Amino acid sequence: MDALAQVVVLTLAAGTPLVFAALGELIVEKSGVLNLGVEGMMLAGAITSFIVAAKTGSAWLGVCAGALAAAALSLIFAVIALTLRANQVATGLALSLFGIGLSAFVGRPYMSVVIAGIKPISIPGITDLPVVGKAIFGHNPLVYVSIALFIAVHAFLYRTRAGLVLRAVGEAPQSAHAIGYPVMAIRYAAVLFGGACAGLGGAFLAVAYTPSWVEGMTAGRGWIALALVVFATWKPWRVMLGAYLFGSVTLAQFQAQAAGIDVPSQLLAMLPYLATIAVLAIISRDETAIRINAPASLGKTYHPE
Amino acid sequence: MADSSPAGSAVTAAAVPRLALRGITRRYPGVLANDHVDLDVLPGEIHAVLGENGAGKSTLMKVIYGIVKPDAGTMRWEGAPVRIGSPARARKLGIGMVFQHFSLFETLTVADNIRLALDAASAPGLPQRIRDVSARYGLTLDPARHVHTMSVGERQRVEIVRCLLQSPRLLIMDEPTSVLTPQAVLRLFDTLRTLAREGCSILYISHKLDEIRALCQRATVLRAGRVTGECDPRQETSASLARMMIGGELPHPVHREAHAGAPALTVDSLDVRADDPFGTTLRSISLEVHAGEIVGIAGVSGNGQKELLAALSGERRVARADAIVLCGTPAGTLDAFARRRLGLAFIPEERLGRGAVPEMSLADNALLTARGAALVSHGFIRAKAVRAYAAQTIAAFGVRASGPDAAARSLSGGNLQKYIVGREIGHHPKVLIAAQPTWGVDVGASVQIRQALIDLRDRGVAVLVISEELDELIEICDRLAVIAQGRLSPAKPVRETSAEEIGLLMAGAVPTSDRVVA
Amino acid sequence: MKARLEVRAQPSRVAMWVAPLLAALATLLTGFIVFEAFGLDPVVAFTAFFIEPVATRYGVAELLLKASPLMLIATGLAIGYRANVWNIGAEGQLTLGALAGGAVALVLGDAGWPAALLLPAMLIAGALGGMLWAAIPAFLRTRFHANEILTSLMLVYVATLLLSWLVHGPWRDPEGYNFPQSKLFTANALLPNLIPETRLNIGFVMALAVVALAWLFVRRHIVGFEMRVSGLAPAAASYAGISARRSIWLGMLAGGACAGLAGINEAAGPIGQLLPSMSPGYGFAAIIVAFVGRLHPAGIVLASLLMSLLYLGGESAQMHLALPSAVTGLFQGTLLFFLLAADVLVNFRPRIARAAHAR
Repeated sequence: MDALAQVVVLTLAAGTPLVFAALGELIVEKSGVLNLGVEGMMLAGAITSFIVAAKTGSAWLGVCAGALAAAALSLIFAVIALTLRANQVATGLALSLFGIGLSAFVGRPYMSVVIAGIKPISIPGITDLPVVGKAIFGHNPLVYVSIALFIAVHAFLYRTRAGLVLRAVGEAPQSAHAIGYPVMAIRYAAVLFGGACAGLGGAFLAVAYTPSWVEGMTAGRGWIALALVVFATWKPWRVMLGAYLFGSVTLAQFQAQAAGIDVPSQLLAMLPYLATIAVLAIISRDETAIRINAPASLGKTYHPE
Repeated sequence: MADSSPAGSAVTAAAVPRLALRGITRRYPGVLANDHVDLDVLPGEIHAVLGENGAGKSTLMKVIYGIVKPDAGTMRWEGAPVRIGSPARARKLGIGMVFQHFSLFETLTVADNIRLALDAASAPGLPQRIRDVSARYGLTLDPARHVHTMSVGERQRVEIVRCLLQSPRLLIMDEPTSVLTPQAVLRLFDTLRTLAREGCSILYISHKLDEIRALCQRATVLRAGRVTGECDPRQETSASLARMMIGGELPHPVHREAHAGAPALTVDSLDVRADDPFGTTLRSISLEVHAGEIVGIAGVSGNGQKELLAALSGERRVARADAIVLCGTPAGTLDAFARRRLGLAFIPEERLGRGAVPEMSLADNALLTARGAALVSHGFIRAKAVRAYAAQTIAAFGVRASGPDAAARSLSGGNLQKYIVGREIGHHPKVLIAAQPTWGVDVGASVQIRQALIDLRDRGVAVLVISEELDELIEICDRLAVIAQGRLSPAKPVRETSAEEIGLLMAGAVPTSDRVVA
Repeated sequence: MKARLEVRAQPSRVAMWVAPLLAALATLLTGFIVFEAFGLDPVVAFTAFFIEPVATRYGVAELLLKASPLMLIATGLAIGYRANVWNIGAEGQLTLGALAGGAVALVLGDAGWPAALLLPAMLIAGALGGMLWAAIPAFLRTRFHANEILTSLMLVYVATLLLSWLVHGPWRDPEGYNFPQSKLFTANALLPNLIPETRLNIGFVMALAVVALAWLFVRRHIVGFEMRVSGLAPAAASYAGISARRSIWLGMLAGGACAGLAGINEAAGPIGQLLPSMSPGYGFAAIIVAFVGRLHPAGIVLASLLMSLLYLGGESAQMHLALPSAVTGLFQGTLLFFLLAADVLVNFRPRIARAAHAR
């Protein structure tokens, strides 16, 4: 039974970086913008949070710094893709390449630095309760933050007027403009929010999940987060489902090795990527579902008047 | 809705104009859209702004509604000078606008759509208020319905109710009847007259002379950005209005007697399922177009025209090869390129993006549909021959462009349409299909295009025209059919039918049921 | 005074060629700033980064050597990009090309095949390997409408893991002291040299030939035209009867073949065997080369030379300036950003709204 609780904890932890990044990108795409720079922003968040944590001794300060750094990068994307009307796909790719290069460059001196990091919480008495104790109260604090984020994003989109406006902008920016909403400002806000969330995802990796810095440590999670948003047909609860499913695939990799299954580690490591491809193929096949749920203006350059 | 003017005598010379424009000027690259325009709208008046496509009407309305800022000029609202910097400001003053191309959000409900246009403060009790207003003005609406399930006519009602809920003092209607059946037009006029009686001023933008004469009390005529006349349309004839609108007589294409030959295009019980969730399914469509005749298909947009055109042109292949027969060959399963080789030519509804690639030159665009032996040899493009073909087309149809290397998007709507028409006709087709051939095109080019279609018919080509402009169809077609909800009525000779009958067919011939009446 | 962007009626040809130059200059300027920030004398750093690497005959040969895979891959990618087919997985296709060609080299090289037969067999295998890897995203897009950016990218990770497994395991050189590497290719499986006492091989000539052929295809052949239409206006392509499927397949396979060819060129050229890393990110750098080169052969050749210089500069900076070699990646990303920003001038004209309004 304790093993079950352990699985729950590990699965949620493994899925948390995806939760942060994918929820952020969901909001961005709901406004009609496609930002492929998630991988770059996550790495920027990771290295910044690590450096700040190492220099100040406060991991939480590092987390905040990571979110800000990623948001700053997303601002570059916003200026080029929104204000200067560049192709969103190319600009997002540029952002990823830039973020990967920047994080590798800045992080070189920190490759073998050790920091304390943020550990899973442990409340004496409660955490020791059989099964439930660990499964509900034994997670890393940032995991709880990510769940709170999900609740906030869902409520925002479907219960608030601002969320309605965001959805309208993503559906038909020209109509929103004609009614008088500031489409550009709304999209900028969405992009910055998405950047901050990607930064949180990266920070979680560097400061909580495996407190360390390794070049390219996100290992493609940013791209998987993008696929997750499609898989979720742009619904927050499905993002959570997908993220934790991926968490479990990642876990399966380690469990198989621990169980002594004689498959080379590299082949097991392929599982998350192959799973992403499979999931994308299955969900994209239903063109109608995609057409109805995808924000109609996604990826299209918006020309105000 | 109430205003202080007494009902019936709202239009008196002594009243202060609700809206007064002086010297409004707005320039776009290469064109002066509004040139020192003056306009007065009195309280409770239905005022027409008349002009052909490209005259500057839409720009003027955007200026009034705050979407666009004028380069020069002043505006006065009920006597006081104002600057309208945004649609929100316009709405606060009491100006409402019903757009020609609706600004609705398809995946949201009617209530949510309207909510977005109103201030947050007016949110409570919205669904009930929608029901009240729509009942009062005869514009039935269900607040919980999603917009994408609604017909075009119903969507227009949402636009209008959205404006009415803000108690406008001035309502701008931009080409409202292009999406309505003749009966629905009459109902709309009743609504507008009720509003005017209550003191609301109405600015009615249109190029349809008969409607303006039936509805409006005053008219301002625009031509090439300038005001060329002001009048009471009730005292004018269509001819005199046309003279003010285009500076000359409204030209009519020259007709000769039709001599229909063998069927060149046969459609037999065509069934096409809509793959777009927002589309229309075609049911059992049957039609015959003979060589040397022009057959027209009338209908309000959204009743299956898009799907029918895609099936006929080959952009969408159908299951049964003999559902569509081109010049004797079953063509249902052939793609667009193969059908062209059989002698089909097609002028699509969208010029930029479908009929032509905007960023490519006119020469390259000629290659789009003319990839036959003369222009391509062993797979390689014969650049000189392609440019010559483009130059020929430009000359033959009087297209105003700097040459075959001009980018398609640099041409005006009318000129690009002329080029596309010329390019298609230049293939010497046996069957020509034209969708909305003169939409958004100035009068001069319109007449030229219609004449070209008639000349083509006289040369023995089978022509099929699908259009939402009933007047145009009645003018050039020999036989006419109506498409409604994916079904096609039998084609009757134009002389044996009437606008009233066609209107009924457009509405699905069940005028009392609310669902079908558009 | 507000700035506004006005659509140009005709895309500006001047801006199309000035934009890459502007981007290059802006990147160099950024370089200056980065060097300053690291406390280095900018002139010294600039010289070490951009001038020294190509100051010798050997240096120039290295420049051309690194430029070869870049221009080769970028040419293949450009064919796809013109058709709006976004192949981002060239790095993975390069790896598969190296594997496929490498397999032929290892098996048939030992068997004593003459180079005149073996090398073409290797090259074909390499191209096919890359094409196979690119066929997967093409199939997924045409059959399942799955986004090819994400699928081709995922396959990069899979390819790298596959290579790693093979050189750590089944293909490891038994006499290699347990290092993860394959046996060295035999002499008949190596590309002939072009300039003595340098590493430049005939791969350079191959790359140039491919660039020329591709240009002929895109500009003069009807299928090249059709692919351009597919990319610019899919509705017009459908109207013209151009098959979207064919454009997707050709676009992906062109990129895959070129990347696979580049992969076997690396394996049979400067590297001479299979290692866990067959490329310093050429597959990704080639994407930037394609953009900066405006998808045009002349532009691609020039941009690949610039990118190659950035690679050499990075290595030089590591040796002489103690800067991490990752500075190359930083410059690459910066170059693309500036290009995209400068690109706005092609289709738009900046306008300052006149202050004097009668409002």
